Amino acid sequence: MPRVQGGRMTTLIEARHICVRYGEDEVLHDISLSVVPGEIVTILGPNGSGKSTLLRALLGIVPLAAGTVARAPGLRVGYVPQKLVIGASMPISLRRFLSLPVRVTDARAAAALARVGLEGKGGMQMAALSGGQMQRALLARALLADPQILMLDEPTQGLDQPGEAAFYRLIEEVRAETGCAVLMISHDLHVVMAASDRVICLNGHICCEGTPRVVSDAPEYRALFGLGTRGALALYRHEHDHDHNAPHDHHCGHDHEQGRSHG
Amino acid sequence: MVDDLVTRATLAGAGLSLATGPLGCFVVWRRMAYFGDATAHAAILGVALALATDLPVTVGTLIVALAMALTVAGLASRGWAMDTTLGVLSHSALAFGLVAVSYFPTVRTDLSAWLFGDILMVGRADLALIWGGAALVAALIAWRWQALLTATLNEDLAHAAGHAPARERLVLVIALAVVVAVALKVVGALLIAAMLIIPAASARWLAKSPESMAGLAVAIGVVSVVAGLQLSLWQDTPAGPSIIVAAAAIFALTGALSRLPAGRLAGRRRG
Repeated sequence: MPRVQGGRMTTLIEARHICVRYGEDEVLHDISLSVVPGEIVTILGPNGSGKSTLLRALLGIVPLAAGTVARAPGLRVGYVPQKLVIGASMPISLRRFLSLPVRVTDARAAAALARVGLEGKGGMQMAALSGGQMQRALLARALLADPQILMLDEPTQGLDQPGEAAFYRLIEEVRAETGCAVLMISHDLHVVMAASDRVICLNGHICCEGTPRVVSDAPEYRALFGLGTRGALALYRHEHDHDHNAPHDHHCGHDHEQGRSHG
Repeated sequence: MVDDLVTRATLAGAGLSLATGPLGCFVVWRRMAYFGDATAHAAILGVALALATDLPVTVGTLIVALAMALTVAGLASRGWAMDTTLGVLSHSALAFGLVAVSYFPTVRTDLSAWLFGDILMVGRADLALIWGGAALVAALIAWRWQALLTATLNEDLAHAAGHAPARERLVLVIALAVVVAVALKVVGALLIAAMLIIPAASARWLAKSPESMAGLAVAIGVVSVVAGLQLSLWQDTPAGPSIIVAAAAIFALTGALSRLPAGRLAGRRRG
């Protein structure tokens, strides 16, 4: 549960004014955010908005052009990558995979598998797992680190809608049981909104952030994801049916300072 | 016993397999086949360097192979079109090496020994060098095993767990250069990559875990060496290529066995 440090509620991870550049391209501009214990924060943004880059910057994988990322000392992170491609060239069972990079006992492995609904599947080869099983396998492995924060990069990519809903329910259950914080990325809206305590709307910079309700009412958010339709599923469809590109990006840019400060 | 040249040759090949088995698995898993080729081809240039500077051949080979491996790894991390780049580097290294050694008449007459190995001429000192180098590589890989496996599956996963994938890549680069340096005498510059890839690829047919694949690759390497040397003695064929012929035959055999439709393998899988 939340620890107190330096007289205030410890933030697990905090980014201050970070910028990331790929060559000349500034992919992330002046991002500040923090995650406190136990909350579920979702980063939402269209393709190419820098969501994955932001997560990787927080993990220390991509170098920062400016700004700082502070992690709580000894922070235990459970990371679920966007996808894991295990080629046919490597034979590895699910059980063996759970012992990477830290070896775990059979009992702990079995418990983690049971938690994500993969009990008895430890003998399966990773290459034989379905998309949904693979995501749950990745989650099981992340849970074995006994994480204070779970970081998930579009964990439901490639899942159908029931699979997606089931996965987010699982995340909420895990949060309720372990008290870990969750920082996840998504580009779909309907399920994520319901499961999140806080949503950050990203498009190279933070357009707006707040509770799901606040964000879905924000004009910046609508500019990115929909044209005022409130129905969640309708929003979801909009994203696929319409083209949201440059003009919206610019519109969003104007509001940037405001958007960030009201967080 | 070590006085017998066939025994010495067998021990040399077996020692080399100790390193090429596990390292070859990473070459297969990470699709580094061409990378191995480029590094191995640079060995001939290393021979020329050694002859020009009076360094021991192994040292010259090690230096040039390491330089080549680091160059390739550096280019790869900058996102070059690796297939083309490696093709250019690999064949250029070989051509430059062949041109360079042609300035040394003693090597010129004996070029095939550098290209295809001279395992039957392995002496006691060579044997010590091969076993020493191979043990070093095997120990390095065993030490970094968990981190290497994680980084091979997904570099971000390794990073998030506090490992530096770049360091694991460097481990493999160093291991590859050492293997090239000690394998030159055994199978020669042209066939080192084969010794890395073929036993590991054969082991893949049978293995169910990364560890068993590495172990099987060592065993298949040793069997290839023994069978290849016997073939060489029996048919009076060159030893290095005969070893690779044996390895290729084992690959075909294990491949065919693993594809038997019957429940034999399925039964083992559930064991």
